[in-house]
Amino acid sequence: MSTNPPDDNATEESVKLKESGKVKEIVAVTIGDDKAQETVRKALAVGADRGIHVKSDTYIEPLGIAKILKKVVEKEKPDMVFFGKQAIDDDCNQTGQMLAAMLNWPQATFSSKVTLKDKSMEIVREIDEGLETVEVNLPAVVTCDLRLNEPRYASLPNIMKAKKKPIDQMIAKDLGVDITNRVQQLKVEEPPKRKAGIKVANVAELVSKLKNEAKVI
Amino acid sequence: MSVLLIAEHNNKNLKPFTLNAISAASKIDAEVHVLVAGSGCESVAKEVAAVPLVKKVLHCDSPNYQNYLPENLAPLVTKNADKYDHIVASANTFGKNFMPRVAAALDTSQVSDIIKVNSPDTFVRPIYAGNAFATVKSNDKKRCVTIRPTSFEPAPKTGGSAQVDKVDAADIPNFSKFVKREETKSERPELGTARIVVSGGRGLESGENFKLINDIADKLNAAVGASRAAVDAGYISNDHQVGQTGKVVVPDLYIAVGISGAIQHLAGMKESKIIVAINKDGEAPIFSIADYGLEADLFKALPEFLSELNKLNTIQK
Repeated sequence: MSTNPPDDNATEESVKLKESGKVKEIVAVTIGDDKAQETVRKALAVGADRGIHVKSDTYIEPLGIAKILKKVVEKEKPDMVFFGKQAIDDDCNQTGQMLAAMLNWPQATFSSKVTLKDKSMEIVREIDEGLETVEVNLPAVVTCDLRLNEPRYASLPNIMKAKKKPIDQMIAKDLGVDITNRVQQLKVEEPPKRKAGIKVANVAELVSKLKNEAKVI
Repeated sequence: MSVLLIAEHNNKNLKPFTLNAISAASKIDAEVHVLVAGSGCESVAKEVAAVPLVKKVLHCDSPNYQNYLPENLAPLVTKNADKYDHIVASANTFGKNFMPRVAAALDTSQVSDIIKVNSPDTFVRPIYAGNAFATVKSNDKKRCVTIRPTSFEPAPKTGGSAQVDKVDAADIPNFSKFVKREETKSERPELGTARIVVSGGRGLESGENFKLINDIADKLNAAVGASRAAVDAGYISNDHQVGQTGKVVVPDLYIAVGISGAIQHLAGMKESKIIVAINKDGEAPIFSIADYGLEADLFKALPEFLSELNKLNTIQK
């Protein structure tokens, strides 16, 4: 099982903060079936200290995931929780913000630069209009853009070492939170396929087609 | 039954995508109310009241909302959510930022980025970078929905006269602070709503070479887009990125130059009416969805393109 790409940026950023001496411990958390543990092992191999695997064999919506993570946060009491900004399969873009709301913490979403201060973080966020800088007090939730950093690869010795790092297991349905899904998938369809058009021989033909055939210029 | 829509604006003017969201909201329920929260944003409240599809405007004016911090905005939305079955916003960086906080506070499972309203509880949304459309039914009593603006026509702007009600500000948590916003200033049309988009990819090889793209864009009164590779390489700023993790655009004409056509890029532009691809690699996947493909070296083709455009007597604006 592979890690959702922006979640690799989340791991990398926390490892960088630890390397800078500002963070003491990194706990990597995943929720999913047994295979999901591989994503925690991967985080352990690039620098996380220990892992938590919340086991669930069924799909849980972002709302349920956030409730589970709230339980984990209440137990672990971290100063920061890093997420990828969205899942690249369902593209929901919700979980980090939901967790922040449930904990009554501030959030910095779509982050492309993180500066840790004493009791706060200054974060540059990618927004539709350009860039926005916010300062959030700790504890806080950060969701990471792909441009935040360049995730490192694990070296073989570190992959071996990661096998010895502990992963605690919890069972999602035993956590006492309502994780019933509320959104029902009725059907999944393939969108109408777009057909390839024609190749034009040169620029003059292209301009003529756009002007006289497609009538868009 | 009614819908509460959260307006996006800059305290002076309404952002155009709110009009698309209003038209989507009206397909959920005809009773569309719009919350305008900001600081000194009375002109925006008036602008929204003139939109015929809007039945009521809730206007909340307070310095708390000047910069739309989600930590401040979400409690205001939640406080006003009682009377509504649906809370709606655009699925852009504005709506994506605060809406999940509202959904969590209301204990409701958000439906993100819908492209179609089938009924008040059933929606269609793209998954897997737009390679599949899922029809989903929300079983929550109160529903938080974000709308892909380019999938809905903008609502007409004038002719209405909705009632404007003042609402009080909510308590704010005071744990986040706006520092600054660096907006890319451009005379060109906005990428999200432009009729024509000219995009450059890694094939441009440098930021300077984007001048070739800009010249064409200026000639066609087009917006400039880019692939993630071009933004990552630092050729152009992030607000130009088209694709799964950037912006979704649906122009009448999309010209992809030096872009190979990874599925993540296609997710952001493949609904465009006419697609042109210019690429020296004849096997590039972008050609499989292009209406007109030109297999050519862009450094030769773009100057020629400009000179051919200059020969035309008229160009649609």
